[in-house]
This record gives sequence, structure tokens and C-alpha cells, in this order.
Amino acid sequence: MSQRVLPQKTYYLVFAALLLLTLVTVEVAFFDMGILNFSIALAISTCKSLIVILYFMHLRYSSRLTWVVAGAGFFWLFILMALTMSDYLTRAWLSVPGW
Amino acid sequence: MRIGQGRSRLTEIHAVPAHQFDDLDQQREASSLGMWVFLVTEIMFFGGMFTGYTVYRHAYPEVFADASRRLSVVLGALNTSILICSSLTMALAVRSAQAGKRRALIGFLVLTMLLGSAFLGIKSVEYAHKFHEHLVPGATFTFPGPRAQHAELFFSFYFAMTGLHALHMVIGIAILGALVALSWRGRFCPEDYAAVENTGLYWHFVDIVWIFLFPLLYLISRT
Amino acid sequence: MRTPASEPREHYLNVSYGVRSWLFTTDHKRIALLYLLAITFFFFVGGAFAVLIRLELMTPAGDLVQSETYNKLFTMHGLIMVFFFLIPSIPAVLGNFLVPMMIGARDLAFPRLNLASWYIFIVGGLFTMFAVVAGGVDTGWTFYTPYSSTYSNTHVVATALGVFITGFSSILTGLNFIVTIHKMRAPGLTWFRLPLFIWAHYATSLIMVLGTPVLAITIALVAIERVLRIGIFDPALGGDPILFQHLFWFYSHPAVYIMILPAMGVMSELVACFSRKRVFGYGFIAFSSLAIAVLGFLVWGHHMFVSGQSVYAAIVFSILSFLVAIPSAVKVFNWTATLYKGSISYQTPMLYAFGFIGLFTVGGLTGLFLASLGVDVHVTDTYFVVAHFHYIMVGGVVMGYLGGIHFWWPKISGRMYPEGWGRLAALVIFIGFNLTFFPQFLLGYLGMPRRYHFYPPEFQVLNVMSSAGASILGVGYLIPMVYLIWSLRYGAVADSNPWEAKGLEWQTPSPPPTQNFEQTPVVQDEAYAYWPGEVEVD
Repeated sequence: MSQRVLPQKTYYLVFAALLLLTLVTVEVAFFDMGILNFSIALAISTCKSLIVILYFMHLRYSSRLTWVVAGAGFFWLFILMALTMSDYLTRAWLSVPGW
Repeated sequence: MRIGQGRSRLTEIHAVPAHQFDDLDQQREASSLGMWVFLVTEIMFFGGMFTGYTVYRHAYPEVFADASRRLSVVLGALNTSILICSSLTMALAVRSAQAGKRRALIGFLVLTMLLGSAFLGIKSVEYAHKFHEHLVPGATFTFPGPRAQHAELFFSFYFAMTGLHALHMVIGIAILGALVALSWRGRFCPEDYAAVENTGLYWHFVDIVWIFLFPLLYLISRT
Repeated sequence: MRTPASEPREHYLNVSYGVRSWLFTTDHKRIALLYLLAITFFFFVGGAFAVLIRLELMTPAGDLVQSETYNKLFTMHGLIMVFFFLIPSIPAVLGNFLVPMMIGARDLAFPRLNLASWYIFIVGGLFTMFAVVAGGVDTGWTFYTPYSSTYSNTHVVATALGVFITGFSSILTGLNFIVTIHKMRAPGLTWFRLPLFIWAHYATSLIMVLGTPVLAITIALVAIERVLRIGIFDPALGGDPILFQHLFWFYSHPAVYIMILPAMGVMSELVACFSRKRVFGYGFIAFSSLAIAVLGFLVWGHHMFVSGQSVYAAIVFSILSFLVAIPSAVKVFNWTATLYKGSISYQTPMLYAFGFIGLFTVGGLTGLFLASLGVDVHVTDTYFVVAHFHYIMVGGVVMGYLGGIHFWWPKISGRMYPEGWGRLAALVIFIGFNLTFFPQFLLGYLGMPRRYHFYPPEFQVLNVMSSAGASILGVGYLIPMVYLIWSLRYGAVADSNPWEAKGLEWQTPSPPPTQNFEQTPVVQDEAYAYWPGEVEVD
């Protein structure tokens, strides 16, 4: 938690960016770009989350410990999803009946 | 996180830390770290469902896309915007507390509550629509095509994830209400506004969950 | 340094009387005792189920109870022992009591949250006890779907709710410990001067905080699926039971490290004190705790080798499972090196420590057997697995718990337990334990499956040995319960540091005052600053 008071402008800029990115993500969904659709949607969501965390949640001005804690949370979710999906994504590699 | 004695004015009166803390700085840092650690648990809590959703979307991509199209992009996008507005007002509320501006603090807190309630209102409208369209998982679920079961899976995750999210919103609005009452009584000052900042962290986190839910549930494929 | 052997006039036990002063306390020491009472109760309940199981298994035929009942017995034994005894035991009792004291703090960071944790634990326990009393649950503690979510006719929802609620108790305790250890250390107490007990509890708390929420949401989904009859994990309705297993074991494997890490923390304290020697390789032990916490999250698929999981994923999980054994081995080597050329004395806590080191090593090594894909496909779901995890849980965690209870009993109660009886009980427990569980390695290897209440007649001798051992083990557990309670009134009054141990908790009277220290201590020494030739404990 930081003690410095950010200028109001910062918050309004982040707000505008969030709305803009929302617009983009909706628009992109109406174009068929195959696998790219998902990646772009995820990338935009990640950007939006980043600016919320960094500016609204003041992570940019917080201690290194807070950075580690926030990072660890997302990293652990990544572990859960990656290792779980590694099962499903590699099942077809071995062409053994029943697998 | 409570201050030792009741206070009636924002500015000069110094708060007393709780007995286990040596000073207000330690108390503030501890409560902030506590909230961040709690948010990590929330990431994992929602994360279990995000993982399940990912597994099934990977397994049944077309049906999930079909099911997703039954959700209203307009309402979803509107709700996303409302929630983003509420994050702005929440951040400005925290800023007001930082700057010792009690009236602005109360105003922004109330605005955040109103926006949050609007979100929940629209959500209920959406749920009502789904009920009427027989898209609520269970005995009444109906979906065209041979893969109705997989569509029901989509809607199970839709209701579970947005439902859990909505529950967090309700709790958040209740906490905001408590903060309004406390602010009214002059509880917060620039030296001690940890409860407001930490509620802000919670509120922004709930916003971030929605930031991911919206495209994952509503925008799988709109072509 | 000895202080006069007289009890201080006011301490945390006598500062206030009455039920309200206990049920509304925010003193971490009283909350620790509230947990002690609760988990002891659950230990009896879980133990009762164990008695019934071992009674049934004395004969090859399923003649004591029916299959359906037996399924309930092993399910409830597992559920209660895991969630309501093992997971809280050391952290909620010894951790709650000692973490603030060891770091020179007056209390945890969030005392009221600590009390809330206890109440949440009790509510979760009540839900589960309701399920037990109302007819039980038979899904196995692992709740595998779709049996648990669709086909079982027992009180799954109540049990699931009980586990869900109790999970939050664990999460909040972990959160409290993390913040406390980061933010409330006494002046001069840098991270590398911390007792290894604290490092162990810090690592444990990381696991509690990162893993338990996933169990919570998973078990909630099972309950929802059951109530609403939707098909999240039911293949007949489009769901995937393996998904349940991934989500379940993501928590439940790290959960075993939640159980063992605190016991390892206790070990470091005991081995150092009773060898009068600083712990060998302090840094390695500290980092190995963190390594176990992290690596422990990467191995859960080893519970799913025969589930239909991808072979490639299984291979990766197998390799990682071998890796996670390394930090545990590092600890065992370092404790052994600590003992080497130490001035060893054989008080009760040290007997438990020796028991732990031997039994945990056996349990850990047999874990490697199970991590190996080629062996696991043969011994999975047999008594080999049952023996393996009981060597860790009972031979490891419970021994560590009992060792810790004895070691810190004078601090907690202001009284010494009777040393002769303590040593006797430790010996009885060790013998009873090995007689109970070693035959189970043989049984499993010979092919006896777990969770069956009948078996081929040629397995009877080993089963009878196991049941006989269980009765000895049961007696062994009862002995300390009797003398510890006895000691509260008749035990020798303890001074502040009866073991001449290092550590801030020994610098304050026994029992401690509510605020733990008259003045916040300032730390200048390293941890375990035992020097050769210092005063020896008799």
C-alpha cells in the first residue's frame, strides 16, 4: 500500500484505457481470425488486468514483497492450468487404444 | 485493524495501533499484506473453475461457441463498462481517503455501491432471460443439437462462475456500506484509511475476475 | 539461564476465568488450546473408525460389517484424520502457540481472525460430525466422481460442506502466519536467525494459502453437481471425472506437505536442543522447506498414474516426484549431521524425534517406490500405499506432534510431564506403530487391495499382526493423554526454560503472560546458539 497520492488524471487515463480495450475486445470477437481470437482476447484481458493492478491497486508503487505475492498468485494459477492441460493436450500423442 | 478509541474528526487526532502492533506503519503494512495474501487465495478459488472451464472449452470448442452466442453481448459489455466505472469510483474513493476528503470519500463509496448494484441488477435480468430460455442447467435445460450435454456444461460454468462473482460483489457492496457508515462518523484520516484501501484492493480484484470472465464466456465466437 | 522455579502470579491461563473468557479470547495461546481440545476429540473419532477397520480385518471374511458400512468406515477415518486432525494439528496447536513467541511478538497479526479460524473449524467439524452421526459417507476421503457427485446414497453434501468450511480455517491460519512472520519479527530477528520451526510454518502457510482454495471450489462443485444434478464431473452427462481428480489432488498432494512440514520444524528444534548443538546446514533446511512447498505443487499426477491420464504427463509427474524427495532427504541428512558429535540426551521429546527420523525415512523411501511409474501400476490401490502414507502421517506427523507437545508442555502448562511414563509411551507407540504398519507393506506388495473388508485367507497372519499392533498403538496414545492431564495438577512445576533450550519462547515465564514478553526482546544471536560445554540438561 503506497502513501503517495496519485493525480486524478492517472485514474481517468486508466479508466479510459479500460473502456477502450473493452471496446476493442468486443469488436475483435466479431471477426473470425481462428486461433488468434482467443489469444487476442486473453492478451487484452491481461492488459486490462495489468493496468488495474498497477494503478488502481497501486502495485506499481508498492513494496517488492507485494509484487512477489501478486505474482505468486497468478503463477500458481498458471501451474494449475498448465499441468492440468498438459494431461489433456498430450493424451493423443500416444496412439494406444483406450487412451 | 481497529483504532483504539472512537474519534470524531479526520485531521489531527492520532490513531492508536491495535495491541499486537508496535506502530501504525506496522499495522498498515500488515493489513495490506493480509489483503494481498487473501486475494491470492481468491485467485486460486476462482482459478479452479477457470481451469475446469479451460478443459471443457478445449474439449468441446464448437458447442461452447454455440452456447456462448446465447448470451447477450450488449448486456455483458454494458456490465463490463459499469464495473470499470465502479473501479474508477473506488480508486477515487481511496484517493479521497488518502487526501483526507471525507465528503468526496463518502460520495465515491456510494457511487461505487450504486454501480455495483446496477451490475447485479443487469445480471439478474440476464439470469431471468436464461431461465425463460430454458438454459439453466438441470431438469429444464434444453438446447438444440446432439451435444446438448456439453452446452449444459457451458452453462453450468457460466452460472457457477458468474454466480460466485456476483456473490463477491454482494459481499463487496455490503462492506462498502459499512465503510460509508464509518466514514460518516469520521473514522478515516490520511494516517489511517487502511480499511478503505484494502476494500479497494478487493473490489478491483473482483473487477479483474470479470475482465477475464467477460471474453471467456461472452465472446468465444461472435462471427 | 535459570529463573526461580515459581509460577508468575499472572499468566495467560489464570488472567481470566470462565467459559466466555475462553470462547471470546483473542489470545493466540488460548486459541491454541481450544484447537488442542478440538483436534483431540477428532483424533478419538477418527481413531474409533480405525479400531473398527482393524477389527474387521482380523478375519479374511467380511463378517463384522457389510461392504457398504466398511466403505463408510475407511472414508470417515480418512476424512476426519486428514482434515480434522492432521492438517490442523501442529500448525493450529503448536504453531498458534509458538509462532508469535518465537519471533518476539505479542500475538499474531490478526488475533480476531485467529479466533474466527477456530470457530470456522468447529462449524466445519459440526457439519462433518452430523454426516457421521446421520449415517456416514462412503465415497472414500478422496470423493472421486461420479460416485460422490451422482451415485452415492450417503451424506456427501453435508461432508463436502464440512470440508469446504474447514478449508477456510486453514486458509486464514496460513494467512495469519505469513503476515505475522513477515511483519512482526522482533528487532534484530532477521530471516536467517529465525528458528527453523518458523521457516517450516511459513512454508506450510504458503501451501495452505495457495492450495486449499482449489479444494474448496472443487468440493463445492461436487456438492452443487449432486444437488442440482448437473454434470460437471459425470461422464454420463458430458463431464470428466479426471478433471475432478486433477483439481482434487492439486490441493491434496500439497496437503500432505502441510502435514509434514510443521513436524519437520519441530524436529529441527528437538534435535538441536537434545544434541546441544546448532542445526547442521541451517540454510539448507530453511530453503528445503520452501523447496518442498513449491515442488509439492508440481507432483499431484502421481496419484493418477492409472486413471487414464496421459502417459507423458505421468512421466513428468514421476520425475518431479523424485525431485521433491530431495529436500526432504536433505533435512534427514542435516538432522543426522546435527546429532553427530552432539551431546545427546534421551528425554521423551528426543525419543519421538528419533522415531520420526527413522519412520519418516521409511515412509519417504517407499514414496519413491510409488513415484516410479513401473512399480506404482502394481502397488497402487494396495496396502503398500496405505503403509507408505501411514509411515509419514503417523510415524512422521503424529510423532512430531507428540514430540512437540512434550517439549513445549512445560511452556504451555507450567508443569513437567512425568519423564518415565513419557519414555514408556514413546516406546509403546513406536513398537505398536511398526507392528501395525510394517506388515501392510508386505500385504500390499503381495497384492492385498485397499478399501476391501475381505481378503484372501493367506493374508490373515499379517492382518492379525497389524491389528494387534493397532491395539498396542492405541494403548500407547492413551498413556500420554492420561499423564498429561495428570500433570496439570500434580506435575512438577516448570521454570521458564527446563530444557536449557535456545529460542525466545524460553526467555519468558512458564506459563507465559498474556502479552508473552514484558518487553519486546532484541535479538543478537543466531538461531540455536548452543555452545559446547554449556550447562547440560540432566
